Amino acid sequence: MTDTTVIEKPRSFSRDVWDQFRTHKGAMAGLIVLATLILFVVVGPFIWRIDPTFVEPDAAKMIMSRNKPPTWAHPLGTDQLGRDMLARMMAGGKVSLAVGTVAMLISIFIGTFIGVMAGYFKRLDGTLMRMTDLFLALPLLPLLLVLMMLFGDRIRALLGPEAGTFLLIVFAIGVTSWMHSARIVRGQVLALKEREFVMAAKSIGTPSRRVILRHILPNVVSPIMVAATLGIAGAIITESVLSFLGLGFPPDFPTWGRLLYDGVEYMQLYPQRVMWPGLAISLTVLSVNYIGDGLRDALDPRIRGR
Amino acid sequence: MKLRTALLGAACAFALAPAAYAERGADGHVNVLYWQAPSILNPYLSSGTKDVETASLILEGLGGFNEKGEVIARLAESVPTVENGGVSADLTTITWKLQAGLLWSDGTPVTSADAKFTYDYCTHPEGGCAQAARYEGIKSIDTPDAQTIVITFDAPKPNPYQAFVGGTSPILQAAQFANCLGAAASTCTDQNFMPIGTGPFKVTEFKTNDTVSLEANPNYRDPAKPAFATMTVKGGGDAQGAARAVMETGEFDYAWNTQINPEMQAQMAAGGKGVFLNGFGTLVERIEMNMTDPSADLPEGERSTVAHAHPILSDINVRKALSMAIDRQLLVDVGYGAAGRPTCNLVPAPELYASDNTECIPQQMDAAKALLDTAGWTDSDGDGIRDKDGKKLSILYQSSTNPVRQDFQALVKGWWNELGVEVELKNIDASVFFGGDAGSPDTFQKFYADVEMYANNFDGTDPEPYLAQYMCDKIPGPSNQWQGENINRFCDPAYDALVKEMSATADLAKRSELAKKMNDMLTKDSYVVVPLVDRGRLSAASNTLGGVVLNTWDTELWNAQDWFRVK
Amino acid sequence: MLTYTLRRLLLAIPTLLLISLVIFLLVDFAPGSPMSEIPLTVPPEVRQKMIEAMGADQPVFIRYLLWLRQFFWVEPAGLIDGWFGTSLAEGQQRIISWQTRSPVFVTIGQRIPQTLTVIGSAYAIGVLIALPIGIYSAYRQYSWFDQLGTFVAMVGYSVPTFFTGVLLIVIFSVNLGWFPSIYDTTLKVVDWDSFIKQVMQMALPVTVLALFNAAEISRYTRASFLDNLSQDYVRTARAKGMSEKTVVLKHVLRNSMIPVVTVIALGIPSIFAGAIITEQVFKVNGIGAALIGAIHANDLPMVQTLTFIFAVLIVLFNLIADILYGVLDPRIRYD
Repeated sequence: MTDTTVIEKPRSFSRDVWDQFRTHKGAMAGLIVLATLILFVVVGPFIWRIDPTFVEPDAAKMIMSRNKPPTWAHPLGTDQLGRDMLARMMAGGKVSLAVGTVAMLISIFIGTFIGVMAGYFKRLDGTLMRMTDLFLALPLLPLLLVLMMLFGDRIRALLGPEAGTFLLIVFAIGVTSWMHSARIVRGQVLALKEREFVMAAKSIGTPSRRVILRHILPNVVSPIMVAATLGIAGAIITESVLSFLGLGFPPDFPTWGRLLYDGVEYMQLYPQRVMWPGLAISLTVLSVNYIGDGLRDALDPRIRGR
Repeated sequence: MKLRTALLGAACAFALAPAAYAERGADGHVNVLYWQAPSILNPYLSSGTKDVETASLILEGLGGFNEKGEVIARLAESVPTVENGGVSADLTTITWKLQAGLLWSDGTPVTSADAKFTYDYCTHPEGGCAQAARYEGIKSIDTPDAQTIVITFDAPKPNPYQAFVGGTSPILQAAQFANCLGAAASTCTDQNFMPIGTGPFKVTEFKTNDTVSLEANPNYRDPAKPAFATMTVKGGGDAQGAARAVMETGEFDYAWNTQINPEMQAQMAAGGKGVFLNGFGTLVERIEMNMTDPSADLPEGERSTVAHAHPILSDINVRKALSMAIDRQLLVDVGYGAAGRPTCNLVPAPELYASDNTECIPQQMDAAKALLDTAGWTDSDGDGIRDKDGKKLSILYQSSTNPVRQDFQALVKGWWNELGVEVELKNIDASVFFGGDAGSPDTFQKFYADVEMYANNFDGTDPEPYLAQYMCDKIPGPSNQWQGENINRFCDPAYDALVKEMSATADLAKRSELAKKMNDMLTKDSYVVVPLVDRGRLSAASNTLGGVVLNTWDTELWNAQDWFRVK
Repeated sequence: MLTYTLRRLLLAIPTLLLISLVIFLLVDFAPGSPMSEIPLTVPPEVRQKMIEAMGADQPVFIRYLLWLRQFFWVEPAGLIDGWFGTSLAEGQQRIISWQTRSPVFVTIGQRIPQTLTVIGSAYAIGVLIALPIGIYSAYRQYSWFDQLGTFVAMVGYSVPTFFTGVLLIVIFSVNLGWFPSIYDTTLKVVDWDSFIKQVMQMALPVTVLALFNAAEISRYTRASFLDNLSQDYVRTARAKGMSEKTVVLKHVLRNSMIPVVTVIALGIPSIFAGAIITEQVFKVNGIGAALIGAIHANDLPMVQTLTFIFAVLIVLFNLIADILYGVLDPRIRYD
C-alpha cells in the first residue's frame, strides 16, 4: 500500500467517445478506408497529373489508346475515348464524395428537424406530416427539371459553373430525399415522448429545447445513422442520374456514378470499367456504415460504460 | 471496314434467299422487338417512328418505297407515271387504280371511297392529323368509280407520290373510322388500337407502350403470305438490351434500331446468333452554327435573335476552321461503326440530289490553325485561347443526352482545344431539347448556345421541303414562339430565290442541280451547317429469320409479308 | 383512435386536393412539350394543330378543373356503369392520355398485373428476408453472420439497379441461358408449364429489387433492435426468467417495430409507382415504365393521374403507419 492515491484525470466526453470508438475494429477499419479514399481524391490529382477530360487530338494515337487494360502509363486503364481512368476516378471521387456527404447532411438535417418538430409538438404534427406527404408524392424528375430551369442559370451565374452546379445538385438531392428520415424520426419521437425519462424531464420544468437536445435526440441516433449511410449511397447514384439527364455537371466531367453508368454499356468487354467505380462507391458506403456503427456504440452511454 | 463489308454481304444473302415457302401461317410465330414501344397504331395521330412502323404491318397505302427508294405499288395495280398516263403531263393530277378484289381484314371490299375518307380524316381542321403535310397542296380527290382515285393538285406537283404512299400515309377503312372525324379522333380508342387494314397482319391484342399481338390477315391479297401465323411486337428497354435479345440470347427474331457502340456490334456479331443489317437514308448528324448572339448578357427576347450577329461565328473563317479540325471518320469509328459513314452533305441521299462534296472528310488541323492565324485569330495573351479584337474563341457546345453524342462532344472538344478554342459542353434531356416548349431556355430551337449537335432527315425521297427550312422567314424567334425550322438563323436572299425556283421546277435534272446548289450553300460554301455523320439504320435479325430487307425509305417492316423461318 | 382515424381521413381530402394542384402546376410548368417525341420532319404548323387537338393549349386552370371533374366524376361513373350497366358517364370524355390517345385508366389496367406481381412480390420477399436478417444480426451483433449481412446489405444498396440488372442478364441470360432477359406481359398463367415460365421470367427482376429493398429494411430493423436490446426492460424480462425467445420475439420485437413499420409503409406505395430502372432493364413495362415514358413525352394527363394515385396511397399508408404506432406502443396517443 502506498499513500499516494493516483487521482485519475477528469476525462472529457469526447475523449471517452474516442476511446470507445478506437476499440471498435470495424469502425477503425472504416475510418482508415475512408481517409485513404479522401487522400486518393484530394491529394491524388497533385501526384497523378493527367487531365481527366483530356482526349488525344491526334486520331491515330487516340484510336490506339482506347479501352486499354491497366498498364504503367494508365494504372486503371483507359475509357472508350482513351481518357485515363485513374485520373477520372480521382476527379470523379472528389465530386461524388463531396456531393454524397453534403447532400446527405442536408437531407438528414431537414429530416431530423422536421421529424422531431412533428413528433414532439402535437400542433405542428399535422401540417408538417402533410407537407411530408406532399413531398413524397411529387414526381422527382419534373421537380428537378423545374428547379434547374428556375434557378440553374442564376446560381451558375452567381457562383460560377462548378460551385453553382455543386450547390444546385446537393440542394436538389437534399430537398428531395429528407422525407424518409423525417417519418422515421417522428415515429421514434412519438414513442420516446411518452417514456418516463422524458416525462420526468418535462415535469421538472425543463424547457422543450433542452428536452429535445438532451433526451430525445440521443435516442434517435441509430435510425439517423442508418439513414445517413444509406443516404450517401443514394446521393452518389442520384447525382449520376442528374448529370446523365443533363441537369448536373457537364457531360465530360467525371463522377463515380457517371463512370459506373457509362461503364455498364462496356461491362461485357471491359469489366474493369464498372469494377473501379462500383468498388469505390461500395467502399465509401461500407466504411461510412462501419464508422456509423462505431459512433453509435461510442455515443451510447450504456455500451460505453462496459 | 471489314465488319461493314461482312454485314452488307449478309444483308445481300438475305435479299437473295429464295422465298419459296408457299403456305400462309406455316412458319409459326415471330418475335419483333421495338425498344421504343408503339403507343398507338394509327399513324395519323402520332408520327413517331415506332408507331408508324408497327402500324405498317396492318395498314397500307396505295404505294410505298422499296429499299432503293423507288416507288412501288401496294394496293394500286401499278405506279402511275407521266409515261403511263397515270400522272397528267402538266403534273396537276395523279390517277391511282386499286387492284381488283382487295379485301379488308374483316372481309369487306376496299374501295376508292376509303381513300377519299382517309383524306377527309387527315385534313379535318380539328383532327390534329400528324401527317397533314402529306396531304398539302391537294385541291380535291375524286372517285369516278370504286377502283379509281384521282388526286388533283393546286399547282404542278413535281413529286406527286406523297398522299397514300409509304407507311406514313396509309388508307384507313372508312366504315371503321366514320365516327372518328375531327375532335372525335381521340375518343376512338378501339379504332386507334385495332385498326382494320389490308396488310399482312391484323391486331389481336394491343397493350399500349408494351406489346402488340398480331395474327396473319386471312384476307391478305397474296394467299400464300405471310409465312408467319402470329407475330408479337414487344417494346421497352434500350438499344443494347434489344440487340442482346436477338444477337446473344436469341429470344427475339428481329430488333429495330439496335444502335450500340461499334465494339459491342463486333462482339455480338461474332456470337453467330444473328446479323446486324444496315442501310443508309437521309439522316445526318450535324453541328449547327448559331449565326446570332446567344449571350446571356442580352435581354430575354434578344438572345439568339437576328437582332445581334454572333460575335465570333459570324466570321466564316472561324466556322471553316472548326469544321476542318474534325476527323469525321474517327467519329464514325467511335460512335456508329457499320451504322454510319462520314459525310459533308446535308442531303446525303438519294443519289439524284446528293452533292459530290467530300473535301471535309480528311481532318486538316494544321490548315485550320493557319486559317485562323491569317484571319487574325491569334493567342495574343498567351492563355492558350485564340482571340481577336478582345473577343475570345470560346464556345458553348450543346446536345441532347445520348451516350454517342456525349462521346462526340468530348472528341470534338479535344480537337477544338487543340485548335486554340475554349469549349464548354452541355447536354440536355432529349424531351426538353426537342420538346419545343417556348418557356424553356434549353430547346434546340431557342439555341442559347454557340453550336449544337443533333440529327435530322426528311420524309421520303424529295428534299425540297427540307431545304426550304433554311429560308429567312423560318428563323425561330419570340415573334413565332420559337417555332421556326431555320435553326442556324441563316439568311441569304440568294438562297430564298433558289427555294422559290425549285418549287416551280418540275424537271428532275434541274431540281437535282438546284438541290445540290442549296446543299453546298449551306455546307461547304458557308459552313453554317457542319455535317458529320450520315447515319444509317442498324437493326438486328436472327439467323433463323429469312426474307428481311432493310429499307430506309419506308418502314422497316415494309416486307414483313415476305419474312419466313429459315429451317 | 377511431375519431383520430376519421379526422385524418377527412383531413386527407383537402390535403390531396392541394397535392393534386401542386403536382399539376409542377408538371405543367416543367420544360418540355407533348411534341418532344414527334420527329423533326413534322412541320411546326402541324405540331401546333396536334397540340390544339389534344387540348394542351388550354389555360392551365381550365385543364386542371377538367381533370378534377374527369378523375372524381367521369371515371368513377364509368366504373359504376361497367358494374351495373347504368349510363352515368355516357358521352363524357374520360381522362385521355396525350401519348396514346386512349383513356389513362385503360393503360393503368394493362400495367397493374405485372407491376403487382413483379414489384409486389419483390417487395414482399425483400421484407420477408430483411426482418429475420435484421433481427438476427442485431441479436448476434458483430458475429460473422452480422458482418456478412452488413456487407451484403451495404453493397446491395450502394450498387445501383441499372448495374445489377444488366450484370444478372449478362450472367444468367447471355452466358448461362437459364432465365429470359425480357418479360412477356402477354403470358397467362393457366397451367403448371406457364406457371414455371412466369416464375422464370420473374426471377431476375425480383432478385434485383428484393436485394435492394431487403438492404434498406434490414438495416433499419437491425439498428432499432440494437437500441432496444440494451434497454432496461430487456434486462428485467430476462431477470424474471423469461425465455430468450419470448424476450426477443415478443418484447423487443414489438418495441423495435416503429421505424420498421414506417419504412415498410413508405415502401408499399412505391410498389404501385413501380421500379423505373428495373422495369426498363427487364422490359417489364409496368406502371414505372408508363410513368417515366409519360414524363419524357410530357403526357400531362397520364403523369398527373399516376402521381395522384400514388399520392393517395402515400397518404393512406402513412395513416396506417400512424395507427399501427398506437397499436405497437399504446402510450402513443393522438387524441
